[in-house]
Amino acid sequence: MQRHEPYPTLERQREADQLGMMLFLGSEIMLFGALFAAAFGLFLQHTPDVEAASGRLNLWLGGANTIILLTSSVFVALGAEARGRRPRRLVACFLAAALLGILFLAVKALEYAREYDEGLMPGTAHAHFASGPQQLFMNLYFAATGLHAVHLTLGVVLLLVLALRERWRPATAAAIENAALYWHLVDVIWIFLYPVLYLTRG
Amino acid sequence: MNASGEGLHDAPREVDPPRRTPAEASSYIADGYSLRSWFVTTDHKRVAVLYLVSITAFFFIGACAAALIRLELLTPAGDLLTNEGYNRAFTLHGVVMIWFFLIPSIPNVFGNFLLPLMIGARDLAFPRLNLLSWYIYVFAGLFTLYVLLTGGVDTGWTFYTPLSSTYANGHVMAALTAVFIVGWSSILTGINFIVTVHKLRAPGMTWGRLPLFVWAHYATALILVLATPVLTITLILIALERLLGIGIFDPSLGGDPLLFQHLFWFYSHPAVYIMVLPALGVVSELVAAAARKKIFGYWFVAYSSIAIAVIGFFVWGHHMFVSGQSMYASTIFSFLSLLVAVPSAIKVYNWTATLYKGSIALNAAFLFAMGFIGLFVLGGLSGLMLAMLAIDVHVHDTYFVVAHFHYIMVGGAVTAFLGAVHFWWPKMFGRMYNETWGRISAALIFLGFNLTFFPQFLLGYLGMPRRYHVYPPEFQALHVLSSSGAFILGLGYGLPLIYLFYSLRHGDPAEPNPWGATGLEWTVPSPPPTHNFEEVPRVENEPYDYALRHDESIG
Amino acid sequence: MMGWFGATLPEASSHAVRVDLLAAAFSALTVVLTLPVFVLILVFAIRYRRGKAVNREHAPDRNIWLEVSWSVIPFVLILGFFIFSARIFFDLHRPSPSALSINVVARQWMWKFQHPGGQREINELHLPADQPVSLTMASQDVIHSLYVPALRLKQDVVPGQYATLSFTATRPGIYHLHCAEYCGSDHAVMGGRLIVMAPRDYAAWLGHADRATTPAAAGAKLYRQLGCSACHAQGSSVPAPSLAGISGRRVRLTDGSTPIADRQYLHDAILYPNRHVVAGYRPVMPVYARLIDEEQTTALIAWIEAMKEERR
Repeated sequence: MQRHEPYPTLERQREADQLGMMLFLGSEIMLFGALFAAAFGLFLQHTPDVEAASGRLNLWLGGANTIILLTSSVFVALGAEARGRRPRRLVACFLAAALLGILFLAVKALEYAREYDEGLMPGTAHAHFASGPQQLFMNLYFAATGLHAVHLTLGVVLLLVLALRERWRPATAAAIENAALYWHLVDVIWIFLYPVLYLTRG
Repeated sequence: MNASGEGLHDAPREVDPPRRTPAEASSYIADGYSLRSWFVTTDHKRVAVLYLVSITAFFFIGACAAALIRLELLTPAGDLLTNEGYNRAFTLHGVVMIWFFLIPSIPNVFGNFLLPLMIGARDLAFPRLNLLSWYIYVFAGLFTLYVLLTGGVDTGWTFYTPLSSTYANGHVMAALTAVFIVGWSSILTGINFIVTVHKLRAPGMTWGRLPLFVWAHYATALILVLATPVLTITLILIALERLLGIGIFDPSLGGDPLLFQHLFWFYSHPAVYIMVLPALGVVSELVAAAARKKIFGYWFVAYSSIAIAVIGFFVWGHHMFVSGQSMYASTIFSFLSLLVAVPSAIKVYNWTATLYKGSIALNAAFLFAMGFIGLFVLGGLSGLMLAMLAIDVHVHDTYFVVAHFHYIMVGGAVTAFLGAVHFWWPKMFGRMYNETWGRISAALIFLGFNLTFFPQFLLGYLGMPRRYHVYPPEFQALHVLSSSGAFILGLGYGLPLIYLFYSLRHGDPAEPNPWGATGLEWTVPSPPPTHNFEEVPRVENEPYDYALRHDESIG
Repeated sequence: MMGWFGATLPEASSHAVRVDLLAAAFSALTVVLTLPVFVLILVFAIRYRRGKAVNREHAPDRNIWLEVSWSVIPFVLILGFFIFSARIFFDLHRPSPSALSINVVARQWMWKFQHPGGQREINELHLPADQPVSLTMASQDVIHSLYVPALRLKQDVVPGQYATLSFTATRPGIYHLHCAEYCGSDHAVMGGRLIVMAPRDYAAWLGHADRATTPAAAGAKLYRQLGCSACHAQGSSVPAPSLAGISGRRVRLTDGSTPIADRQYLHDAILYPNRHVVAGYRPVMPVYARLIDEEQTTALIAWIEAMKEERR
């Protein structure tokens, strides 16, 4: 790895990269944290509606996605750990994780399609909600999972880029570690999203 | 130059100063003259100058909006602008001044330029991220310009729902996008500063030896990183509600407009500390340098910055005392708002105590600092008054609030910004400006400011609501006073543009340390070379170690 | 009475007097805390001016006790004001049970007031002096805020929620009434006058005023017109909860909760009936949110409140 100005030592540069990434993750936590706060506010004001609406989400698809994402995080961890020593394992693990990420998105798309069919997608022609607050819950569900999906997509792209160019231009340790941290964050956010959205059913 | 720091540059000169001084020839400014070299720079000093130019441009835009407002308010009737025109003017004024001037001003100009120098580093932790922050800022600025040129938006800078999410027309989406984008510039700047202070301090530069400017910017950076994302998500939610109808603030669906206010103010209250903490850091430096004395109670002042940042996260509800918030919550927020005034008061008392037995030079920079202290104190105490529940019920959403925040933001932050300009201009550009004109500006600004905004305290208490372009005729005298003051204030702000620009070509060359101040930035040439230090300094002195350097105990 | 530069603000209630006292006293504290600072800064700047020969020996750079005392003492003083202010604030939220109840609807860009006897006003409100008043306010669209500077009072009116403002005006006179929460184009002209009259004059005014039907009578008419009685009357084919005597009583909902049927509950039950379905009933009530406005809702609620237990 190259030492860049203005760092006096490589060690310091690595620490700085890590600290910077942790701070960025902190800001992402605040981003989603505000969403969770909004969800909590909605829950407090309209508890029965939130529980009813949550009950209409597909527990199994959501659960499957949770397992998919957790597994992908294991792959990312294994791949990151193999950096430098076993580049082929790094590529394989990152590709696997990326594929799992794409699978997550596919399952999510399937869920969205089913919600559309059931008239639960706000803004669509035949959307029909039992009550206003139930629609609000679905609004929040789409906003939150949509934002998460955007973050996940960025993560998939990151993993693919790092994996595919490993042969010609191996990424620095910082890049690999930061990508892994980002992926784990996306996973952790889902770990919180899942119970808040799917398990609030009464 | 004599020992008091006042320049012989005020005396008649025999020879014109050189077009390019030796220091300039080997400085960061001379390191490439092409536009490209400036626009792809990663040098923190050049990025600071890029910011300086862009925020000045936006200040001008925001000031034009203010001029329109104060002109309209000369008469009780709405004769200059239509109602919609006025509403768009004050919205533009708020959005531009807050996000495109105040928030980036001191951190992105002086924080960028000085942080590495002050800690003995060659650059910030992430130089390319720094440049990216500027480009993000400019990109957001383009959206703002688009909003301006296509007729503006009339939601107020606070975007309250359901007005902004359902009822307002105009380019609300573009305005939301502009603020959304500029938030990323803030977050990246914050990350850069925090990592810089943790990882790039020169050997021997312990936390206890850091200039108070650095402490203040560290505290500011914490808020930038942790608070801004809440604004980001709030803007996304309004945008979704406007665009796709999927929002959570719609009362007809059971949504709560107050939820928006909670989310918005959770960011926007800490945001005001983003605007004021750097100013407090600047003033510490100006006072120490002017008095040639260590700031009294260094650790109290250092920790007070952190305390303000932390407590500032817990007072947002004081914007919602009459919104329908529970009176118990309001009481708690009122108490915490009083608490947050304590660390600010500590700084003011400590600066005063610093002057005791100091050796004080009344140069322009220090006059700005004194102006700051006076105006910030009034602004802060009016804030305490607003935190008193019963008083706020009367003066919330009146000119009393407008006066309060202008005292802090303009009387405080802008004054400190100008003080910083006058103090570090020689370091940044290698030229001395005319001190007399600097003092005249400081005085004009102080007088013009008070004439503009003190009447507004009275207007507010007498019941003049804010965001009104027409008003009961009995308020006209106070409004005329205020608008006259604004005219003088405008003159005061225009003057520095003239003599500072003039100094770039005609000013006396600046020495490395024209003020005789402590701090690593004063040990390098003015302007500094691209790499800041020939060799990385080893720090052994305590901060503000004036007593050791200038033996003036008897005068 | 406060007044500067040609503008004055009377104190139209005892609350106003207390607020002015608090503000004046706090301003005095402001001066006490800041004047020494300004004076000292000026004195030091002159006395210790650079180049002046003066004793600068042993200049202190820290003093823990000084720091603590000038942090704690002002804070304690301010706390005293905090307590005084909180008490005034809490008193505001303790409405009198015998208050004259005025219904208010705020909408872009006017204030509509209705007295209990049915008298309606737009942008003007006549009230008796020395009589506790309680304004129950609703917004038709965006957030507005009713502000009467002479009373030193304002209250935001948030759409979807009722807001109350309680006070007793003591001084007859004509006072400004404003909207204090930015609400769009005509925010600055959304207002008018509060006219406080001696109780006898108010009674006379009531007699002369443009008297529409009382809210309850208007509500009764709507109740029939909108088809409420079709389901809610006893013996109807569509089962619907009985409304007689319901106001103020607890209601059991399908989710098990038992809220009190206050104005907010009745408001939501009429406009958004599927939010809270009464236990034992199905959600078949039409959604009236898009069919009636806040004023009509207020009228219906007035009628429901008037329905006594016996009238079945």
